[in-house]
Amino acid sequence: MTTNTSVPAGVWFGRRDPDARGYFGAFGGRFVPETLVAPIEALEKEYLRARQDDGFAAELSRLLTHYVGRATPLWDARRLRQHCGGARILLKREDLTHTGAHKINNALGQALLAQRMGKKRIVAETGAGQHGVASATVCALLGLECVVYMGAEDMARQALNVFRMRLLGAEVRCVEAGAKTLKDAINEAMRDWVARPEDTHYLLGSALGPHPYPLMVREFQSVIGREAKAQCLEQIGRLPDAVIACVGGGSNAIGIFDAFIDEPKVRLIGIEAGGEAITPGRHAARFAGGSAGVLQGTRTFVLQDSHGNIELTHSVSAGLDYAAVGPEHAWLHDRGRAEYHHVSDDEALQAFRTLARTEGILPALESSHAIAYVMTVARGLGKDAVLLVNLSGRGDKDVQTVEKRLQEQANVAD
Amino acid sequence: MSRIDAAFRDLRREGRTGLVTYVTAGDPDLERSREILLRLARGGADLIEVGVPFSDPLADGPVIQRATERAIAAGSTLVKVLGMVSDVRPLIDAPIVIFSYANPILRMGLDEFVNRARQAGVDGVLTLDVPPEESEQFRAALSKARIDTIFLLSPTTSAARIRRASALGSGFLYGISRLGVTGVRDDVADSARELAERVRQETGMPLALGFGFSRPEHIRAVAAFADAAVVGSALVSVIAEHGQSPGLLDEVERYVRWLKS
Repeated sequence: MTTNTSVPAGVWFGRRDPDARGYFGAFGGRFVPETLVAPIEALEKEYLRARQDDGFAAELSRLLTHYVGRATPLWDARRLRQHCGGARILLKREDLTHTGAHKINNALGQALLAQRMGKKRIVAETGAGQHGVASATVCALLGLECVVYMGAEDMARQALNVFRMRLLGAEVRCVEAGAKTLKDAINEAMRDWVARPEDTHYLLGSALGPHPYPLMVREFQSVIGREAKAQCLEQIGRLPDAVIACVGGGSNAIGIFDAFIDEPKVRLIGIEAGGEAITPGRHAARFAGGSAGVLQGTRTFVLQDSHGNIELTHSVSAGLDYAAVGPEHAWLHDRGRAEYHHVSDDEALQAFRTLARTEGILPALESSHAIAYVMTVARGLGKDAVLLVNLSGRGDKDVQTVEKRLQEQANVAD
Repeated sequence: MSRIDAAFRDLRREGRTGLVTYVTAGDPDLERSREILLRLARGGADLIEVGVPFSDPLADGPVIQRATERAIAAGSTLVKVLGMVSDVRPLIDAPIVIFSYANPILRMGLDEFVNRARQAGVDGVLTLDVPPEESEQFRAALSKARIDTIFLLSPTTSAARIRRASALGSGFLYGISRLGVTGVRDDVADSARELAERVRQETGMPLALGFGFSRPEHIRAVAAFADAAVVGSALVSVIAEHGQSPGLLDEVERYVRWLKS
C-alpha cells in the first residue's frame, strides 16, 4: 500500500457533489438563521477553492500520513470469524489513528480550511468526545483557540475524554439544555457561531448540518474508503461483498461507503443504535422510527413527534445518540443504494466483549454496533463472503461504561 | 392591501414608530397566552408576533429557550397556537405574524398549515431557519393564501441578499440589529443603525428592527432609522417573572404601555 502523499486533489474531491443548493435528492439544503448564511456561503466558497488546490491536498496528505499515522491497517479478523462461523471479516482500523477514531481526518481538513480563512477560533460539538478530542488536538497542533460544547449527560459518561480535551488546551463547555446530549451540543455550538461569525469557524464533526458540511465532511472522511478498497484488492484480490459501518450522524459510514457507492455489487450497510427498544425516547434508529424533517440546518430523516418536536433519543453509545442522520444517508436510503439496520445496547455490549477476547481489540461502543451486526449475519452469508467493517474508534473511553453495565447485568443475574 | 401593509402605511402617515411585540405561544399556558395577546393589543402593540414553540430553537437565547420549554410542557403545539390566533383574531386590530422554525410547519404539511393559518386570520409568517434561498415552496403557498412571507436581515446580510429578501418577501423586513441569538441588551447598537442605513439604500419596504430592545428609549432611538422596534426577550422575561402571579396580565399590559411612553 502506497502512502497518500502524492495523491492530487482531483482524486480526493469533487467526484460526487450534491446540486448547487446542497441537495442530495430531496435531502440536504441550508436551513439556517439569516446571520449564518453569509459565513456559510464564505465557507463554501473557500472550501470549493481549497479542494482544487494541490497545495491544500498535499498539506492535508502530509499531516494524515505523518501526524495521524495513515494509512490505517486492514485487519483480517480470523478469530472473530472462527467465533462467528461463515464470512471473512476485514476490519478497517480507524481506531489506530492518532487520537483513536476517524474524527481526526475531518478535524484536520476543516482546521486547515479555517486557517486559510484567517479564523483564529474553533468551536465544536461533541457527543462521545472523540470529535472534541480530535478538534482539541488539531487546534493545539495549529495554534488555534478551541471551545468544545458537550452535553452534561455525555460529559458524565465520557469523563475521560473531557479530561483529555482540557489537557490539550481546549475549553469544554457543559450544555444543560434538552436531553443534554449531542443534539443539544450542536444547538449551542451554532448559537456560539451566530454570535461570533467573523473570527470563528464551526468545526462540525459529522456529515450533517447545512451545506457544505455534509459534502465537506464526507470528502475529508473518504480517505477511509479509498484506502480500504485498495487494501482489499491487495490483500484478497477482490472487493468485499458488503461494507458495514455504524451510523450516528454518519461520517465514518459515508467515509467508508464513498469508495464503493459506484460498485453496484457491494452492499452498503449502516447500523443505527437500537437502544433499549424501538419506541419513542428509547433508541436512535432514525430509519426505523423517523420521518423527513428539518433539523439543525438540513432536511433529512429525523425522530420527531406528531407536532414536529424532536424526540429524545437513547443509546449506550454517546456517538450514536442523535435524533437526525446525515442527509446523504437519507438519500442513499431513499434510492435503495444503502440499507440500514439497528442493533440494541445489549448486542453492542456483547460485541464489545467478543472482539476484545477474540482479537485483542477494544472497539468503541459506537463501532461495536457494526461488529454486533456482523456477528448476526456472518454465518448465514457463508464462508465465501467477505465483510468489510469500519472499526471507527477505540473503546478505551468506554471501559467505565461497559464495566458499569456488566455489573448491572451481574446484579440482575444474582 | 394586506393588514400588515396598512399598519405600516398608517405608522408612516402618522409619523410614529411602531411597537412589535413577540411572545412564545402557550407560555405560561395557552389560556393565559390568549389573554396576553389581548392585553398586548390593548396596551398598544402595533404588530403581534406569535412564537410557535419548537424543541430545538437554535436561533434563540436562554430566555426564549426557557419560554419554549414551558410552553411545550404546557401542551402548546402548532395546531393549538393557530386555534388560539383564530380565537383572538376578531378581538384584535393589529396584524398577527406567526414566528416559527421550519419543522413544526413541515410536519403539519405546508398546505395544511397555510390553510389553517388563513382560516385563523394570520397576516404573515416568519420562519427563522428558512432563508430566501430555501423559501420557494413556502412563498408560493403563503402568497396564494394572501399571507405575507417575512424575511430576516442581519448585520452579515449582503446588499444583494437584502434586495433578494425585499423582492421575495412582503409586508415588512425584520432586521436583526446584532449578531448572536435573541436576548436583552442594554443599548441600541451601532450595528442597528448601520443595518438600517444599508437596508434603506436597497429598498423602501417597511423595516422593523429587533434583538435586544427592552426600554422606551430603545424604541425612541430606533425611530430615527426604522419603522418599528421589536421587543421579544424582555417581554418574555416579564411573563416568566409573573407567570405564576394573578397580576400577570396587568404586568404585561403595563409593560407595553411603558414601552410606548
